[in-house]
Amino acid sequence: MMKIDFSGLDPSLPVKGNAEDLDDEILAAPSFKLPVTVDFDGFQKAAVQMVKPAKGTTTLAFIFKHGVMVAADSRASMGGYICKALLILNLYKINLYLAASQSVKKIIEINPYMLGTMAGGAADCQFWHRNLGIKCRLHELANKRRISVAGASKLLANILYSYRGMGLSVGTMIAGYDESGAGLYYVDSEGGRLKGTRFSVGSGSPYAYGVLDSGYSFDLSVEDAAELARRAIYHATFRDGASGGVASVYHVGPGGWKKLSGDDVGEMHYSYYPIEPTTVEQEMADVRIA
Amino acid sequence: MPKQQANWSPYDNNGGTCVAIAGADYCVIAADTRMSTGYSILTRDYSKIIQLADKSVMASSGFQADVRALQKVLAARHLLYQHQHNKQMSCPAMAQLLSNTLYFKRFFPYYSFNVLGGLDSEGKCKGKGCVFTYDAVGSYERVGYSAQGSGATLITPFLDNQLKSPSPLLLPAKDAVTPLSEIEAIDLVKTCFASATERDIYTGDKVEMLVLNASGIRQEFMELRKD
Repeated sequence: MMKIDFSGLDPSLPVKGNAEDLDDEILAAPSFKLPVTVDFDGFQKAAVQMVKPAKGTTTLAFIFKHGVMVAADSRASMGGYICKALLILNLYKINLYLAASQSVKKIIEINPYMLGTMAGGAADCQFWHRNLGIKCRLHELANKRRISVAGASKLLANILYSYRGMGLSVGTMIAGYDESGAGLYYVDSEGGRLKGTRFSVGSGSPYAYGVLDSGYSFDLSVEDAAELARRAIYHATFRDGASGGVASVYHVGPGGWKKLSGDDVGEMHYSYYPIEPTTVEQEMADVRIA
Repeated sequence: MPKQQANWSPYDNNGGTCVAIAGADYCVIAADTRMSTGYSILTRDYSKIIQLADKSVMASSGFQADVRALQKVLAARHLLYQHQHNKQMSCPAMAQLLSNTLYFKRFFPYYSFNVLGGLDSEGKCKGKGCVFTYDAVGSYERVGYSAQGSGATLITPFLDNQLKSPSPLLLPAKDAVTPLSEIEAIDLVKTCFASATERDIYTGDKVEMLVLNASGIRQEFMELRKD
């Protein structure tokens, strides 16, 4: 019985062709060398423990009358083993949870009218968003029109689905403005893709949802929506240890995206909740004068 | 037959620390020269730094076999670039190449913790120092200073205290490079290593420093404790 050959449709197989031909290299899904091992899952678990991709975050995005508002914190935390744990002798494990960086760019500019947010593995998100940007540009050149947000998010979702189960960690939102208006999709490394009007992703997302959901209205002005987004991120960074740094807020409108603000959350705390001099200090000051 | 655990690992950790600081018109990249395995020292005289291009220098700690393989791949890619474009790769371009190279081994990572330092050569940033810091699978960002390796946890808080620069994400944007002069930055790096050597067993012997500025590149060594 002849079996139908579906290999041409498989996106994870490298396109057969001249190795020097750069076009093939760009158009094909990147092909990754895999380790030769009996226990692939165990190896990946150990490798992920070793490299412990930077995680822990709060990102949010919502659609409103004037487009899409996107906001994120900037902390990357990294837990990991310092010394290799697969050796039988001398297992000297140090588990580290330190803030690897306070200034990670979690809002990635795919092109001038589309943004992607990063949650999960920093390298995974950076690489696949860059790859998505390339694909979107190629689509523009091939079709003489910009790609829709639905199309871009579908491209990303399909790629992530083909790597499902291999340990990628990506929780991203694709926000943009195209011919059908504002678009917002949530895409993750399990292969899920959801269209929606309000999303928050990351370890701080429950806190951000609380503030976002209670203050949300479709008819917000741009300034009010920006303040809502900023406030939601601030509250998430306050309560979630893995979120912090700088709260960035972007607005995506018909003319493309624009960065509205980037504020240090520590300073934001004191501007929202200024310190009042206590009554005890006041009394002591009075006594001294008398 | 009970399930057997793997008793051979393709990875090892050779220790070591790398530091890089970006200045207004210079960049300092430094790494210690000790290579260890477990509790033993393999050699006291091993360079972890490589000059990849005219204005890009990379220092890496971790598993030196993977580091050496990575250096070879990058050097070969740079040679190809020179043949195709008739010019040297700029530091930001090299930074992205390194990120992609690391990510292409996403499922069998290079156990290499890198810092890339150099001088920017584009537009209004021409001649400014730049430092890029990486995790082992290729996520990277441009920063004003960075430390990687076994002594990084000791050095980073000290650099945060001395050099803490405003986040590049702030709006209105503030400059990230340190206001220190070249001499002061080199002094700071020497202090970092001297302190890290005291408390980290994998750091010591010598520190090799490369300084890039407009007049070229120069190398300096300083002795560290050998215990």
